[in-house]
Amino acid sequence: MRLDGLRAALFLKLYLANLGKKEVNMMKSILGKLASPVLVACAWGSTAAFTAARATNDLPGGPAVNQLNLHPAVTKIAEDQAWLHWFMLIVCTVIFLAVFGVMFYSIWKHRKSVGHKAASFHESVTVEIVWTIVPFIIVILMALPATRVVVAMKDTTNADLTIKATGMQWKWGYDYIKGEGEGLGFLSSLDSSQRAMSDAGGPKAGQVVNDYLLKVDNPMVVPVGKKVRLITTANDVIHAFLMPAFGIQQAAIPGFVRDTWFKAEKIGDFYGQCSQLCGKEHAYMPIHIKVVSAADYSTWAGAEMKKQAAKADDPAKVWAAEDSIKRGEKVYATNCVTCHQANGKGGGAIKALDGAAVVLDADHGKQIAVLLNGQNNGAMPSWKSLSDTDIAAVITFTKNNWSNKTGQLVQPAEVMAARK
Amino acid sequence: MSAVLGHHDHDHDHADESHDDHVPTGWRRWVFATNHKDIGTLYLLFSFTMFVIGGVLALVIRAELFQPGLQFVNPEFFNQLTTMHGLIMVFGAIMPAFVGFANWMIPLQIGASDMAFARMNNFSFWLLIPAALLIVGSFFLPGGAPAAGWTLYAPLTLQMGPGMDAGIFALHILGASSIMGSINIIVTILNMRAPGMTLMKMPMFAWTWLITAYLLIAVMPVLAGAITMTLTDRHFGTSFFNPASGGDPVMYQHIFWFFGHPEVYIMILPAFGMISQIVPAFARKRLFGYASMVYATSSIAILSFVVWAHHMFTSGMPVTGQLFFMYSTMLIAVPTAVKVFNWIATMWQGSMTFETPMLFAVGFIFVFTMGGFTGLILAMAPIDIQLHDTYYVVAHFHYVLVAGSLYAMFAGYYYWSPKWTGVMYNETRGKIHFWWSLISFNVTFFPMHFLGLAGMPRRYADYPMQFADFNAVASVGAFFFGFAQIYFFLFVVLPTMRGIGQKASQKPWEGAEGLEWEVPSPAPFHTFETPPKLNASATRIVA
Repeated sequence: MRLDGLRAALFLKLYLANLGKKEVNMMKSILGKLASPVLVACAWGSTAAFTAARATNDLPGGPAVNQLNLHPAVTKIAEDQAWLHWFMLIVCTVIFLAVFGVMFYSIWKHRKSVGHKAASFHESVTVEIVWTIVPFIIVILMALPATRVVVAMKDTTNADLTIKATGMQWKWGYDYIKGEGEGLGFLSSLDSSQRAMSDAGGPKAGQVVNDYLLKVDNPMVVPVGKKVRLITTANDVIHAFLMPAFGIQQAAIPGFVRDTWFKAEKIGDFYGQCSQLCGKEHAYMPIHIKVVSAADYSTWAGAEMKKQAAKADDPAKVWAAEDSIKRGEKVYATNCVTCHQANGKGGGAIKALDGAAVVLDADHGKQIAVLLNGQNNGAMPSWKSLSDTDIAAVITFTKNNWSNKTGQLVQPAEVMAARK
Repeated sequence: MSAVLGHHDHDHDHADESHDDHVPTGWRRWVFATNHKDIGTLYLLFSFTMFVIGGVLALVIRAELFQPGLQFVNPEFFNQLTTMHGLIMVFGAIMPAFVGFANWMIPLQIGASDMAFARMNNFSFWLLIPAALLIVGSFFLPGGAPAAGWTLYAPLTLQMGPGMDAGIFALHILGASSIMGSINIIVTILNMRAPGMTLMKMPMFAWTWLITAYLLIAVMPVLAGAITMTLTDRHFGTSFFNPASGGDPVMYQHIFWFFGHPEVYIMILPAFGMISQIVPAFARKRLFGYASMVYATSSIAILSFVVWAHHMFTSGMPVTGQLFFMYSTMLIAVPTAVKVFNWIATMWQGSMTFETPMLFAVGFIFVFTMGGFTGLILAMAPIDIQLHDTYYVVAHFHYVLVAGSLYAMFAGYYYWSPKWTGVMYNETRGKIHFWWSLISFNVTFFPMHFLGLAGMPRRYADYPMQFADFNAVASVGAFFFGFAQIYFFLFVVLPTMRGIGQKASQKPWEGAEGLEWEVPSPAPFHTFETPPKLNASATRIVA
């Protein structure tokens, strides 16, 4: 039979697609052991001349020098992804070798120069059906394990800690929204000396900068072994939060809220970068997550809270209308203007504040409740991470700006009372 | 008369002299061109020019990325380079090049005298020139060229200068040109086939182009809509995509990729058609499974409309959405696999020779399939979550677009240029071009898989030190690849255009089939002025 070779290749594919996890892992380790030294040798050989002057070491939790595969997994999801990737790589490589084995055999044997005469067959419905159905079965077998992981990835419920990551041109803002450390918030930017180093042509010869373009001033700190729900959004353009070791990547979209989750199983420092083109400094907004023990996390959160509280206002203070409006205008510009607009008219799904009943209402409690709890399934998010003073000020501002001349003054104490 | 560039000394002793009474000469021949062969030549020269411009941009990118740190360009200009490299290669090089091939070959293949709408054909070519001037000229506008990536994601597009508007208008014009070209191709194929050339006897290149033309008509208006909304968001206070006033940037992505994914197949289906003709010619054996090739191509085209959101797995979508788009995307592997199997079955038990067209065709099958497999890996949502927007994706789509579309066009050039110019290209030089391109291509793009797996995001002007070596390798490969194409033009194409080389016979390839080999080489200015009478398989002219 002329088509025996092809049939055998198809059979082999089918067999491999059914391989169990154990076999895959075994093949993976064999392939890994064989492949890495060969590839590294090739890579080094061909570039030694250009790069000999530069010394770099692996960055634990970040990229390794000439890393060939995904980052070592720190979460269950990343582990599953790595398994899936190996599974796919092995199945695809075997199919590739089988199919192109047939092709190169044919190229070798069925040449005019070796006197091979062309056969005349050009159709076989049976063969066509077989090689339509077999790949179909293979992709189904590939899709099954992937489905399980997709479902697991999407389950952001029952989080121990919720952190909001806000992409900004060109830094990240982290706000601890729920769980231990609730109320903490800070910005995280690339170390400015590294940005300057980039402009100067990168690290000089002999200078070892293992965390080049990955060092930030304030890393996100999370406890080990706790499920962290990460909410992403952005202030200006779309950014994306990519943390390879955790197996997460989520776009941060202005005007929208998205979420993902991770549960880090190792203590250490982990590095990622913004992965969605966001303007000129796209390459300069890294992500650094510090995973610490539960006890260390409590210590850190406590200390941070104290630091933040020292800077915060006394909620018992009674404000004058003029000061409160001035303060509120700033809060509005930072937090509200993106959606509600400078003219307070909103737009599209965003409700207007100018002339809105809830803003004009003499009962301060109604607007305080909207700010604290959000509205419309989170289309208006909850702003309870803002301080009592800020919430009171921004409400006072909206009640006395544009055409809203209510003359009402909201005090921080009212907000504090409403929080209970 | 040669149909490429007039070398008049050969013309007058040519057998087809009688047809050439009204051949226009000088600049009129090109500016007022209505002849499908001349317009095909114009398209091919235009697209090669754009290919060189896009290639130079790519080489500046690779030069910058050769080492960590900024050496040559600032990050702002870097973003312009990546954006313009993508736009120019997709809309200026690959798409017009395939239209050029279609213009030259489809009337010859189906026994038609010319394209159906000859003046519209002229118009759709000459529209490319203002579009090219606009898009390349945008570099010189205040604020520079568009720098939001070739996908032009909102709301980053709202932050661009007038270069963005120039880019949008250029895309509008290119889209109009593509739609006209498609209408022309559809009408030519459906109405102007020689008697006896039934649809299921048509050469595969004509088939794949017919399907591609429908895809183009379906999706180019979608792109035009998306960029028009971007334009009005930028200037007329609308907020389709502007979140600051209630717009939805994710909606832009949906609309863009509803265009963008069929666009991917627009760039590869004609390539499939060329390979499906070249492989049988050099295997001296009929294409295996002709009908299943037609069905597979159609399936790919139909499926291409329901997979778009696999480009958006990280934009956030419900779990059912992710599963649907993952499954539908993986399904595309089935008809694609059928095509690869059919090509190999065509080679199986053939009597193969390996002239340059066949080398590029085999290179296409081999390297394109690698890109296909990485596509399958990327289709898996959980893996894509890690690899989205990393260099893995860059490697993947260059494997299917450079080693796919571009290699197929090289194969097509070597296969058909004897018909166009009347002389054989230099076989040794062709082989040098092939091996040089194949090796340097893989040196450039293979290391990018590793960079992506290690998490290096794409469109980065600078990167952590650990990525330095693979980037250096890729840059070296890219320059070699670039030089290979200059070599191709200067030492392969140019001599044939000047008529230097061994004279080509009417059918220079022993195993080639089809009506294009039933006319002399070079193809006379006018062919099939009266419909030819065809044999039963519609591959030869009888009497």
